[in-house]
Amino acid sequence: MIYREAGQFKTSYLEDGQIFPIRQDRIAVALLLLIAFVVIPLAATPYFFSAILIPFLILSLAALGLNILTGYAGQLSLGTAAFMAVGAFASYNFMLRVEGMPVLLAFVLGGICAAAVGIVFGLPSLRIRGFYLAASTLATQFFVVWCLTKVPWFTNYSSSGVITAQQVEILGFTFDTPARKYLLVLSIVCLLALAAKNMVRSTVGRSWMAVRDMDVAAEVIGFRLMRTKLTAFAVSSFYCGVAGALYAYCYLGTVEPEAYNLDLSFRILFMIIIGGVGSILGSFLGAGFIVLLPILLSFIVHATGLPNQVTSNLELMVFGALIIFFLIVEPHGLARLWQIGKEKLRLWPFPH
Amino acid sequence: MQFFFEVLIAGLLSGVMYALVALGFVLIFKASGVFNFAQGAMVFLAALTVAGLKDEFGLSLWAAIPVAMVVMIALGFLTERVVLRPLVNQHDITLFMATIGLTFFLEGLAQLVWGSNVRKLELGIEDVPFEAIMESTGMLVSQFDVVAALICGALVAVLALIFNKTKIGRALRAVADDHQAALSVGIPLQHVWGVVWAVAGIVALVAGLLWGARNGVQFALTFVALKALPVLILGGFTSVPGAIVGGLIIGASEKLAEVFIGPYVGGGIEGWFPYVLALVFLLVRPEGLFGEKIIRRI
Amino acid sequence: MKRHITRLLAGTVVAAATAITSITASAQEQFVPLLSYRVGPYASGGSGIFGGVIDYFNLVNAQGGINGVKITWEECETEYNAARGVECYERLKKKGGGATVVEPLSTGIAYGILDRVAVDKVPMTTMGYGRSDAANGKVFPYVFPLITNYWNQAAGMIKYLGEQAGGMDKLKGKKIVHLYHDSAYGKEPFPVFEAYEKQLGFQLIKIPVAHPGNEQNSQWLQIRRENPDYVILWGWGVMNAVAIKTAARVGYPREKMLGVWWAGSEEDVIPAGDAAKGYSTMTFNTPGNYPVLDEIRKKVYGAGKGNLADRDRIGSVYHMRGITAAILWTEAIRKAQDKYGKGKVMTGEQVRWGLENLNLDDKRLRELGALGMLPPVKTSCEDHEGSGAVKVQTWDGKAWKAVTPNWVIGDRAMIRRMVEESSAKYAAEKKITPACLPG
Repeated sequence: MIYREAGQFKTSYLEDGQIFPIRQDRIAVALLLLIAFVVIPLAATPYFFSAILIPFLILSLAALGLNILTGYAGQLSLGTAAFMAVGAFASYNFMLRVEGMPVLLAFVLGGICAAAVGIVFGLPSLRIRGFYLAASTLATQFFVVWCLTKVPWFTNYSSSGVITAQQVEILGFTFDTPARKYLLVLSIVCLLALAAKNMVRSTVGRSWMAVRDMDVAAEVIGFRLMRTKLTAFAVSSFYCGVAGALYAYCYLGTVEPEAYNLDLSFRILFMIIIGGVGSILGSFLGAGFIVLLPILLSFIVHATGLPNQVTSNLELMVFGALIIFFLIVEPHGLARLWQIGKEKLRLWPFPH
Repeated sequence: MQFFFEVLIAGLLSGVMYALVALGFVLIFKASGVFNFAQGAMVFLAALTVAGLKDEFGLSLWAAIPVAMVVMIALGFLTERVVLRPLVNQHDITLFMATIGLTFFLEGLAQLVWGSNVRKLELGIEDVPFEAIMESTGMLVSQFDVVAALICGALVAVLALIFNKTKIGRALRAVADDHQAALSVGIPLQHVWGVVWAVAGIVALVAGLLWGARNGVQFALTFVALKALPVLILGGFTSVPGAIVGGLIIGASEKLAEVFIGPYVGGGIEGWFPYVLALVFLLVRPEGLFGEKIIRRI
Repeated sequence: MKRHITRLLAGTVVAAATAITSITASAQEQFVPLLSYRVGPYASGGSGIFGGVIDYFNLVNAQGGINGVKITWEECETEYNAARGVECYERLKKKGGGATVVEPLSTGIAYGILDRVAVDKVPMTTMGYGRSDAANGKVFPYVFPLITNYWNQAAGMIKYLGEQAGGMDKLKGKKIVHLYHDSAYGKEPFPVFEAYEKQLGFQLIKIPVAHPGNEQNSQWLQIRRENPDYVILWGWGVMNAVAIKTAARVGYPREKMLGVWWAGSEEDVIPAGDAAKGYSTMTFNTPGNYPVLDEIRKKVYGAGKGNLADRDRIGSVYHMRGITAAILWTEAIRKAQDKYGKGKVMTGEQVRWGLENLNLDDKRLRELGALGMLPPVKTSCEDHEGSGAVKVQTWDGKAWKAVTPNWVIGDRAMIRRMVEESSAKYAAEKKITPACLPG
């Protein structure tokens, strides 16, 4: 009985509909936000910002996007990086070609472009399911990267075929240091995560879940399949698009279309599977796992003093083995593990 | 016109090479419903084992192949024991993820044991055109491709025989049809899965030898899996003939598209064209050409 | 395998020993982070190049360091992946008193840290890859595409093909196929080839190969139909070996193929076997043996400190490329020490000055035991490249042999114009005022 929520009664619909109905959860989240917004910017070193926290947050956002599609609407996709690329290249072109374009609006427009592409490539999902759909979303991946390489207009006729993100400036304030970029990314991610959390609790989210659980049944009880699936694709792609734009503007700076390759798509898929399919929290946990674990491993393996030939390969092997291990321990991902942990704390010291 | 046929034949023969990789996927998916992402890594590991044994231990090709075969069979059974058995009855996507973990493990293992050098693998089959065909029609048909096609055909024939005529083959088909029904009539599910993974390992070895002879034995062998995916979705995940027919269709149309459509759009379309083609097929037949029809009930 | 494992074990013991000694070493140390890749698709190249760098560092240290300053380094595995590379850079940039020079050897990582190096004041070299227009030091003060870039290479290729044809004017009416990796990398030389096409009147046919390029039947059937006079192979990774093999299969003579330097290592031709005989590529190192390699064999490998698992790879193309990079860095540090104080540890800014004022003439190269191994390099603020010279080498079935006795230099004035134009555009986009940094 480390903590308990007995005695908290909900006396109005408003209270019943809260995101975090339990007081302890509210405190925990508030604390977490406090740490993220205040403590970390004061305490962390630039290394933490630009090598760990920023990529972690951006990839969490992308994972969140994919989780909406895969976890909530049940459509497996391997084209996440392509939507990110669309978001990044669209934002770049809006910034470049429209005089005085506010950068946040460019991100949003980039996301909307990605959503449009998502709708087009989501159309086959009306007929195709499961791994067939997953493999055919690879078409998106290869086609988009091919397009961005092939059409020089997208990269402003750069001879190296790369785009260089413009400076991020909002209302005269320049986000140039790692800490500032971190705060910008954090704010955007928090905002979008909140929106996602609310979306999945609303009619839209419930219709997605109905389609996920059994689309034929959902159709029978009156959900319009086409609209439901396509909104899932659009929303998911929007999230990925914004994440892609942030990846270019707040992380890499100069990117080539190749930066958004199949590898990245797969990494984001790993994140949601490891973190927990159909869980907002899982997207973050999974991103943490996939971003942090290799870094941690490389620190540990490095400390052994073995030659690099060995350590590099060992890193990869341990990483693979750990993925398998975690799946065996908890096939439903880290989010489920977290839930079990909470459950245990609540019951402690009793087993049931 | 002659050029058209030349491209067509080259495409069909490339398609056979794709089918060879796709075959490994099909076997495992059919019997256990696992989408085995590690197939590419298995191809790499198998080829590297053969090449490594040749280079480092001075074994001849014909001595190295059986050793590699043993390695792949052991790997198959081990995978079943360590990875799959604890994950029985889990969601598809979890099993898929587990095979990704396996991929990382195998890639690291292969390079840890054998080093990262690029190796050469000579099978003694020359990759030159048939003179006779060249002279009579002016068309170019590679000897290597024809041999590869023959090997692939033989492999499929052997697999078909095993599936249809042996006891273990019948057990395999039973498991493929329905896990629980198979279990209830006393078929040892786990043993059967071990066998399937071992067979897939041998298929990976054959693919690794042929692709390795063509590309050199290097990490890029793992990429051949990408060539096999459109073949799979076109032919159906669960059909051995589907893999062959899908391979032929993908190979031929991809080459024809690159040569005849490519120049108008800037070329390099081979990367995505097969996927789009497969997608179009899927819109008509959502379970692939030869896949089992999925009947969905509420 | 047994040999390999014993080597690994021996390496382990040595590494453990050096790990202990490096802790007890003195404070007079110049730190260099190595963003290496020893797993993944390009591991064979990575192990050669970074092996070369480390071997040369060990040699310099065995000879007493740079005026007494020892070089230390730490490797970080990037897997050739931009995100991992950025993390490695961020992790190592403050280590050991601060990173003084960085070489990611990957286009994606180089772009990922392009903006960061200027902020952190750590010079980055991109030897033989990356943005060609970074040669303009006024716009890219912290980026050094040393020796030569893609545009100069392309110009050098056309120059060489002109010589082969018997004069540049003889290229008129000839057909040249540009078979390229379908990515930003493969498209980089387009402007150069197109400019030459207009100027010299040859016909340029561009044929892309989709990544990874492990199957090229359709491209080579197209080439066979066109029957071009030359094929330029702008490939990467497995694409190169497959191109050579497929050329053999369609009966296209390898003597008429000319590869880029990333298609010109042992790793690219060995998998192709006999098919590669007669195939030529560009390079910025002359293949052969040099006193510096003998020194490394004697003092580094003799002492059991060699980094390559396989001694036969000493002097291979990638190994030599790594040594070249290390030579240029150590010379830059030496140069900086001449100005800022001998025997002192240089900061990133000071090394940047050294890289900008390199002057490796034949005399200095002879002293280093590397005369002819690399072209003379003389950099300045306007010219962060310093040479632009390339050579052509041919594979004779066993080893690379240089075919051009002298260094080939293309139309440098034209390339310079293009560099100016492109970098000016970049400066305008990023709102940079081009200027030289004060020494």
